[in-house]
Amino acid sequence: MAMTLSEKIFASHLRDEPFPGTKVLSLDAVLCHEITTPIAINDLVARGKDRVFDPSKIKVVIDHVTPAKDTKTALQGKILRDWSRRQGIRDFFDIGRNGVCHALFPEQGFIRPGYTVIMGDSHTCTHGAFGAFAAGVGTTDLEVGILKGVCAFREPRTIRVNVTGKVPEGVFAKDIILRIIRDLTVKGATDCVVEFHGDVVKGLSMEGRMTLCNMAIEAGGTSGVCMPDEVTVDYLWPFISGGYKDRKAALADFRKWWSDEGCAYVKVVDIDVSNLAPQVTYGYKPDEVKDVAELAGTVVDQVYIGSCTNGRIEDLRVAASFVKGRKIADTVRGIVSPATPKVFREADEEGLLKIFMDAGFCVTNPTCGACLGMSNGVLAPGEVCASTTNRNFNGRMGKGGMVHLMSPATAAVTAIEGRITDPREFAKGGRS
Amino acid sequence: MKTFGGKVLFLDRSDINTDEIIPAKYLTEISKEALKPHMLEDLKLEGFDPRDPELQEARVIVTRANFGCGSSREHAPWVFEINDINVVIASGFARIFRQNMFNCGMLAIELAEGAIDRLFAHRGANASLSVDFKNSRIEIKSDKGSEGFDYSVSGFDKALVEAGGWVEFADAKY
Ligand code: SF4
Repeated sequence: MAMTLSEKIFASHLRDEPFPGTKVLSLDAVLCHEITTPIAINDLVARGKDRVFDPSKIKVVIDHVTPAKDTKTALQGKILRDWSRRQGIRDFFDIGRNGVCHALFPEQGFIRPGYTVIMGDSHTCTHGAFGAFAAGVGTTDLEVGILKGVCAFREPRTIRVNVTGKVPEGVFAKDIILRIIRDLTVKGATDCVVEFHGDVVKGLSMEGRMTLCNMAIEAGGTSGVCMPDEVTVDYLWPFISGGYKDRKAALADFRKWWSDEGCAYVKVVDIDVSNLAPQVTYGYKPDEVKDVAELAGTVVDQVYIGSCTNGRIEDLRVAASFVKGRKIADTVRGIVSPATPKVFREADEEGLLKIFMDAGFCVTNPTCGACLGMSNGVLAPGEVCASTTNRNFNGRMGKGGMVHLMSPATAAVTAIEGRITDPREFAKGGRS
Repeated sequence: MKTFGGKVLFLDRSDINTDEIIPAKYLTEISKEALKPHMLEDLKLEGFDPRDPELQEARVIVTRANFGCGSSREHAPWVFEINDINVVIASGFARIFRQNMFNCGMLAIELAEGAIDRLFAHRGANASLSVDFKNSRIEIKSDKGSEGFDYSVSGFDKALVEAGGWVEFADAKY
């Protein structure tokens, strides 16, 4: 029978079916951060079950608030740190090595095609970019995952999105996914996996694919998924070269996960991006999206470039290409948070950090920080932020603040102008 | 098993997200008790006041589509639980929130939009709602009368509620 990628992963990881339609899967990776894991750890300790199913499959990072900003966040970090030591979890990323979870873990080669991955974080869907089934879960699911190495799911249905056409200048993966969410709505993919296909997706780097999959949850999706191909093999090669004769052999192996011809989709969405304009959100839901022209001129107080959506090296390169040799508006606070130490280092070596700093940006250490309004750039009531993150919810970056989501290119030119600006006009040199 | 039913809090909006239910700044708490005063603090809903003393009496939430979207934080069901709200009834839930509710041994009941409309007709009339868990039936009573509705939850979700949550269920089985 023809199967989708996630159906294949479900079939190969099925541990139990306690009730019709409920599948208990064995897990390849359980990812942890300091916001949702400490309560699970404390509960396990309280139950007298302070154990982990397999320390080599548990990956841990302190990323949301780091360095700790107060006693409470210090304590969260401490619980995670002590637990990792106690349980012999080797892949624990503390300050100096830490970065935003969904950028850091792929970069370390922890995610592979065909894997089952959970984390107490809704943007775990990012890892589907590698052809994995990766889903965000709550603390209880995480707790059982840590203890037993299993998680229960209803088998998701699959939505296929075909992205075709020629990507215009000034338009990026972020614009494509914002456009898709605009069409699907915030609940259009609930209980579904969103598969991204088409020449445009094939042409994207792993970074771009992660940006797409990252926001599948904003349409309600359980996971976003891309078929693992040459790009995936190349990205993972440093980690998998010992296991395969050559890259061709790896590709042949990865292909077994591809959705079969004739598999069942609940919905097929075709999107031609040839005439797509840069996209920007305007309200408090990520499906409230307009073409940039409709929001152009909106004055902003802060510009934030970073997060698991757009804090990778490619994003900083694009932003820096617009910022280079220019200054940000003196009415704007510009903040750049490279997502991981590796991104930070590369951005430094390539001179990008200097470009940002010369322009007047503040460059922070790798952290989630401002993305969820916990540190490093919280908004005051009434303030407006142009942001490369993934959520514009009411209060997300600070009570009473307004967030406009956009690509790093749009954010960069918006910082320079002090108001929402179309990067395509900017690239033409019309304003500089 | 938890106890279900009581006074109803109506939240007449779709797409209420978990940041609105419990803002991220409280995620630094490592006890459920500390969340208690902050329930629905950032909810964007006309006429809604998170400090309204009536909130204290609510035991059931009735709301619209896609409730609990956004962040996976289980702090959302927890802040309800610690305020003695163990049932949310909606025309639809975000997946993670729904699962979190059952994982905590709480009820997330999905009803058709028409049935939700009929529940909303009892708003402002001292509505209270009882849950017959065994027979999968709810009944709402108010100054406007009473009405019953059958609901269905999956066998698994029912078993989670009976077990007291997913940790208990999984620990006994895997
Ligand atoms: S960067 Fe933002 S969305 Fe991503 S994991 Fe951190 S807080 Fe969540």
